Amino acid sequence: MKPFTFSLRGEPDQRLDCAALVPHRLAGLGPAEIARIALNTTKQKITAGDAFHIRAGDLAAIRFEGGSERLDNIGEGLAAGALDVEGPVGKAAGRKMSGGRLTISGDAGPFAGSGLSGGRIEITGSAGDFLGGPFPGEMQGMRGGLIVVRGRAGDRAGDRMRRGIIVIEKGSGDYVASRMIAGTLLVLGATGRLPGYLMRRGSLLLREKPSLSPAFLPCGTFAFGFARLFADSLKPESRAAARLLKGSFERYAGDMSVLGKGEVLVAAD
Amino acid sequence: MNVRGVEIDDTFAEAFAMSGTAITITGPTRRWALNAAMSMTGFATSIIGCGCEAGIDRELGARETPDRRPGMRVLILSMSPDELQKQLANRVGQCVLTAPGSACFAGVDGGTRLKLGDAIRYFGDGWQISKRLDDGRHFWRVPVMDGEFLCEATTGLVTDAVGGGNLLLMGRSYETTLHAAEAAIDAMRAVPDAIMPFPGGIVRSGTKIGGKYKGMLASTNNAYCPTLRGAVESVLDPSIACVLEIVIDGLSEAAVAGAMRAGLRAIVRLGPKRGVVRVGAGNYGGGLGPFKFHLKDLVS
Repeated sequence: MKPFTFSLRGEPDQRLDCAALVPHRLAGLGPAEIARIALNTTKQKITAGDAFHIRAGDLAAIRFEGGSERLDNIGEGLAAGALDVEGPVGKAAGRKMSGGRLTISGDAGPFAGSGLSGGRIEITGSAGDFLGGPFPGEMQGMRGGLIVVRGRAGDRAGDRMRRGIIVIEKGSGDYVASRMIAGTLLVLGATGRLPGYLMRRGSLLLREKPSLSPAFLPCGTFAFGFARLFADSLKPESRAAARLLKGSFERYAGDMSVLGKGEVLVAAD
Repeated sequence: MNVRGVEIDDTFAEAFAMSGTAITITGPTRRWALNAAMSMTGFATSIIGCGCEAGIDRELGARETPDRRPGMRVLILSMSPDELQKQLANRVGQCVLTAPGSACFAGVDGGTRLKLGDAIRYFGDGWQISKRLDDGRHFWRVPVMDGEFLCEATTGLVTDAVGGGNLLLMGRSYETTLHAAEAAIDAMRAVPDAIMPFPGGIVRSGTKIGGKYKGMLASTNNAYCPTLRGAVESVLDPSIACVLEIVIDGLSEAAVAGAMRAGLRAIVRLGPKRGVVRVGAGNYGGGLGPFKFHLKDLVS
């Protein structure tokens, strides 16, 4: 069966809240009812039908043809099914997802995968700041699932991450894995300032030499058994990550200015 | 019933329900995977005095293990899930965690889980690290002096495992009886999900229930002791000089039956001159164990 399709009519005049356009919230609705769903974030009302040309199909597989950095909250709360976006998206794509698969063929704004607890997010372009991170006031960021970013991520990717796996294939901004609580984050390109800043536990794996805080202490170079398991598990999602994980790593324990039970693993030459 | 000169008694092995599990032990080389597995399954011959029955099910090539290293699949069975949990934690903690370069993984699925790494992780004294893969598998990394002990958090519990399948091999000489038992064991080891927990798979001190002394749960099976033939109600005719037993445990009734079938086939193939003249099985009249393995069904 063909996917249920939203074709963007043009660049929206205002930011649109697309949180309602996920399978479990659309279940049982017909195309006409879906077209009447309000997406506006200002006083000027815009419905789904105003913003998108809608083609009925399988609601377990939703496709957005055309994207915009004004499309916020796409895939919010996705629990099952597939949601594909052919283009860029705005803030908080896949926030609070618990299952299913979100594919963004383009760039994502800040807070992509915020609070993710399950499912998979793939961003073929780059991601903004706070990838997988919590909204202000929240105590935990991502707590499960998998995020793969084919491009770069902005600052503070994996902020307050509690569980799950993030793979960033190109590189990241400053303070990647800041305040990390647990989980696994891989960066296959250059990282900005102070990776792992204030991380308590968790693993940050880097292919390139980082500019680490002096609160990370060198422990030596090792081949880790768990990395081999991750390599096999991640190979279908990111062959580059799998290659990185098969090698040895220099281990730095930290951040000693907080709990100090985390680790930055840097690929050994 | 006589098959190629070997008399097969019209009897059955009586077996019992047990709780069981399987784990995969890997090492940097086959030698160290084997060392860990042998240590863990040592002193695990009989539930009577060991708390569990355990053995190596099969050797695993590097391509078959989660961490791509040589490994051994080990089965361990006990009378209850609680006792099994206790034996598993003690044995993994003392024999696998301690072995150089070892790692330990679940060897069987199952809805109910037994603690594996979840019971060992505290050895890390707060430095243990939890890692969960995207597919949900959960592991513990415990720092040890040669690096890290990697251990899956849980393994599956099999509540319908079977213990106590057996064959009694009766021969005209010690040498030919042992030869037949060894041939049977070699064939039975190829059967998956089954172990023969006694030394080398063979037991020479078969038992009857109880004994004349207070507190003895089991004592020598005098009916099968050739040196007592004239003094007790023996089941051995004068031609029998030696009896050896093979005990089989498995994760399923089919696994135990498969191992017994493979053993019988090897014994019959060897024939009475090079092997044994008679095969029997131990039972308690059929009133105790829910599983009955009739020899005539397995040999046909």
